[in-house]
Amino acid sequence: MDRLADFAPMVAPDAMLPRVVRVARRTRDLPDTWTLELVPADDMPLPVYLPGQFTMLYVLGVGEIPVSISGDAADPSRIVQTIRAVGKVSEACTHLSVGDTLGLRGPYGTAWPVAEGYARDVVVVAGGLGLAPLRPALYQLLASRPRFGKLVLLYGTRKPDDILFRRQLAGWRRQLDMEIEVTVDHAGADWRGHVGVVTKLIPRLGVDAATAMALVCGPEVMMRFAASALHDIGMAESSIHLSLERNMKCAIGLCGHCQFAGSFVCKDGAVMRYDKVRRLMGLKEI
Amino acid sequence: MEGLEGIVAEHRLFQGLGPDFVALAAGCAKNVRFNADEYLFHAEEPADWIYLLRHGRVALELVTPGRGAVQFETLGEGEIVGLTWLLPPYRWGYDARAIELTRGIALDAKCLRDKCEVDHDLGYALLKRFLPVLVQRLQAMRLQMLDVYGPPR
Repeated sequence: MDRLADFAPMVAPDAMLPRVVRVARRTRDLPDTWTLELVPADDMPLPVYLPGQFTMLYVLGVGEIPVSISGDAADPSRIVQTIRAVGKVSEACTHLSVGDTLGLRGPYGTAWPVAEGYARDVVVVAGGLGLAPLRPALYQLLASRPRFGKLVLLYGTRKPDDILFRRQLAGWRRQLDMEIEVTVDHAGADWRGHVGVVTKLIPRLGVDAATAMALVCGPEVMMRFAASALHDIGMAESSIHLSLERNMKCAIGLCGHCQFAGSFVCKDGAVMRYDKVRRLMGLKEI
Repeated sequence: MEGLEGIVAEHRLFQGLGPDFVALAAGCAKNVRFNADEYLFHAEEPADWIYLLRHGRVALELVTPGRGAVQFETLGEGEIVGLTWLLPPYRWGYDARAIELTRGIALDAKCLRDKCEVDHDLGYALLKRFLPVLVQRLQAMRLQMLDVYGPPR
């Protein structure tokens, strides 16, 4: 262990170097949530990514945050990311204008195992902004729709005004390729949809639970209850996949900020199997 | 009446309770139909009916000053509207409004309460069936109160 080569880095030498990208389009989804479409600021193609992966976005002079990719992985011309303004950097992201540049590292992390759903019913359970990281998986599922059995999206959010990608959900519903149920925590008298927690919709799923696969993303407490309800109807814990969220900084498994027991969410996740994390999810120390 | 007996007997809440109970419940039952926006009941009214929904959807609402009626839960096919009938003072704590054409069976709660007072075995069996529904709704309320979709604090 006396040669420099023995201390070779575990990752590519430029893993911490952001790529410069440009905002090509911005769309306001909710009062505090924007979707940015990012294109290269140079002649190099954008990195290829898989549904479920995330990037590190660096607003020059402000800071860097992890952001899930919410676009279609089949479109290599742009990376689409949906951001809610909750802190200094995310707020700066939502204030970027078309033409502004920012830094991008990645993509990082594990992907939704969409191909494992071939010939099986697939249940997608999204909560709040958790619909954004699931949208790439939905694109992939719909692009290969005949390969899957029944496809169901259960989406829960706070109130009707907070429904993300509202027009797209309406469009998907019209296509009849996917059963979509939206529920809100509370609503005014004019709301005609479901009211109640998203987990309440699970016992009514008309899927073959014994063989079905589930993709779940949302606030962690919602994912815990959703995964538990999916297991209760007969779904195998190993067929339930969750996207965890932790305080990611380096995104390459070096800094330890996103440690989750013996794993790092940035490189061993964010998508993880329920049977691997179930016992850890309720522990406040983790 | 055979039709009503069959519906009561097949309902998940009453499965296994035996023909005597089914006959009693069916004797206290009637078919009900509510048009969209028609109220099943209002807050503070006596909770003397239990509704087993067979078709349609019902919103449970509370009126809040400045916000009007706020829906906090919707119930659909196979679900029960009305758990308040079990406990004194037997008054509804909220409004229940049909969102769409809704059909179901209404059971006379006073009739069931009286029977439970006389036959404690039956009362205990009914409690064991209604308590899980109550607990599930309590769990769901806890999640709603956590406001997990709201901005991080």
